[in-house]
Amino acid sequence: MWRSNIAFWTGAIVFIAAALLMTHFIQNEYPFFAGYGVLQFIVLTVAWTILGGYAGYVNFGTNAFFGAGVYTAVLLVEAFAAPLLLQIAVAAVVGCLLGLGVGLMTLRMRGIFFSIATIALAIIVETTVTNWRFVGGAAGIQLQRPPATAPFDSYVKMLFVVQALLVVVAVATTRGIHNSRIGRGLHALRDDELAAECTGVPTLRLKLTACALSGALISAGGAPAAMYLQYADPSSAFNLNISVSVLAMALIGGTSHWIGPVLGAILLGTTQQMLAVTISSEVNVLVLGIMLVLFVVGAPKGIIGLLSRSKPRAGERP
Amino acid sequence: MLSFDLLRDAIVLGLLLGCFYAAVSIGLSISFGLLDVPQVAHPAFLVLASYGVYYCNDRFEIDPLLAGLLLTPLFFVLGLVTYRVYYETFEKRGNDAAVRGIAFFFGVAFIIEVLIILQFGVDQRSVNAAYIGKAWRIAGMRIPFRQLVAFGVALLLTVSLAVYLSKTFLGRAIRAVAQDQEGLRLMGANPVRIKQIAFGIATAVLAVSGALLIIVAPVEPTLDRVYIGRTFCIVVMAGLGSIAGTLIAALILGVAESIVLTMFGASWAPAISFALLLGVLTVRPQGLLGR
Repeated sequence: MWRSNIAFWTGAIVFIAAALLMTHFIQNEYPFFAGYGVLQFIVLTVAWTILGGYAGYVNFGTNAFFGAGVYTAVLLVEAFAAPLLLQIAVAAVVGCLLGLGVGLMTLRMRGIFFSIATIALAIIVETTVTNWRFVGGAAGIQLQRPPATAPFDSYVKMLFVVQALLVVVAVATTRGIHNSRIGRGLHALRDDELAAECTGVPTLRLKLTACALSGALISAGGAPAAMYLQYADPSSAFNLNISVSVLAMALIGGTSHWIGPVLGAILLGTTQQMLAVTISSEVNVLVLGIMLVLFVVGAPKGIIGLLSRSKPRAGERP
Repeated sequence: MLSFDLLRDAIVLGLLLGCFYAAVSIGLSISFGLLDVPQVAHPAFLVLASYGVYYCNDRFEIDPLLAGLLLTPLFFVLGLVTYRVYYETFEKRGNDAAVRGIAFFFGVAFIIEVLIILQFGVDQRSVNAAYIGKAWRIAGMRIPFRQLVAFGVALLLTVSLAVYLSKTFLGRAIRAVAQDQEGLRLMGANPVRIKQIAFGIATAVLAVSGALLIIVAPVEPTLDRVYIGRTFCIVVMAGLGSIAGTLIAALILGVAESIVLTMFGASWAPAISFALLLGVLTVRPQGLLGR
């Protein structure tokens, strides 16, 4: 445990250092622009896994939390010209409250009802934002980026490093949960909620914690998107494509370990960036959908399941 | 301010709309309500049917309702195949089937949506028929014929399905399988086969519902996203699997949407079904006429 902690944090520091070095040595902005997209999906997917993977409650409302993050940032910029880090922090709080709220309403029910309710949440939040003139309404809103802060020579590079930091935060949180009482409780209730409840696992409290944490991280990961695109409108901030992408990335990577969603997000995120540039965004979604269905049918444990199948561990049934 | 006339018009149009909503939800009431299949792709199949009807109407000038009827066998087979795949890959294996089943249907919905976009583009499509565009004037109200046609067909569909499920042998078998699958097995019947047929019927009904969808208003490929809310709201509010409940819940939703539309404008309408759904899930998850 102790050694794996050291290995993990060394890896995280190397990762951040590499991101910083990249911003120093690469002049072209495009790698950062594309890389930001992949990093963002790592954050969203890893955060989604807390509830969707560990607890087995499929959240279709990733777009609700993402859009809430984007619009928290928009609101703060419009009202107080708040700095980026404050935008992210407040977005995390909003996402956390949203997660608690929707969790309280729906987490007592079976999985499918939770899933449908999260779609409902997304549409309700989107409709509210669409009818809210101050943040631009249906037409959307243009945002002006402030000048980049000291060590960075461009804003996109800064966003890239900030998103890389968020990746570390999200992965560390998810990993921490996996190894803690919360994670074990969530696994127990995913396998058999009734049995878990009977043996004294506080299922509702654990699910609420997971939902709130997951929501906070997704909103935080979405908040910088406002400044990244310098534009926000309800139909793209709350696009259901975000939800299906995250769902696909998590399930394709495999949800039993935090490395699964990271792998899935890197693989599909990179493919998507390439497809969107070379072919079209429709084909992009098509590839995503087909991959999702193929993996769900053929490889239920995702990539990490495929990898570990080749060398079954001792004591594990084939 | 809301006048009495406006309110009356809103309620009448809402009732017509509600019947139409019942027609598009009744398939889900069988597949999700009775069979417990998390059919999130139901609205995507619905929109697919609309595009099928559009194709027949545009190419061969077939009446949209007739086109819907012609598509029924095709959708029946589609339903049989879909259930078989779902059963073999998820239901049979048990363990965490629900999570992956939902993801499976979500993926299927997106594939259908994109295929429609690639084939027909993102523009709105509508059909031509003699009864579209005309209206019936009565007591100072203007009721579009297309709404009346949808109303009539929807009512016929709902009533005939309700009769089918309660009077025929197979219909009763379907309701039995929903109540006690093991019991049915002990009686010597094959529950999987009955569920497969039921799912086929639920999907076949969508062909006619899809025709109504495109008769009532133009369709676009991403229309299924709004209908996820409407159909699931109705089926959950009805109390899973209750056909009469489906009709009542659909009427409530139709009237609620119509009144909100008149009072606050169209931009709030999409949220109504979802707000009702969240409300029902929170307050009375077993629905109005829960089993």
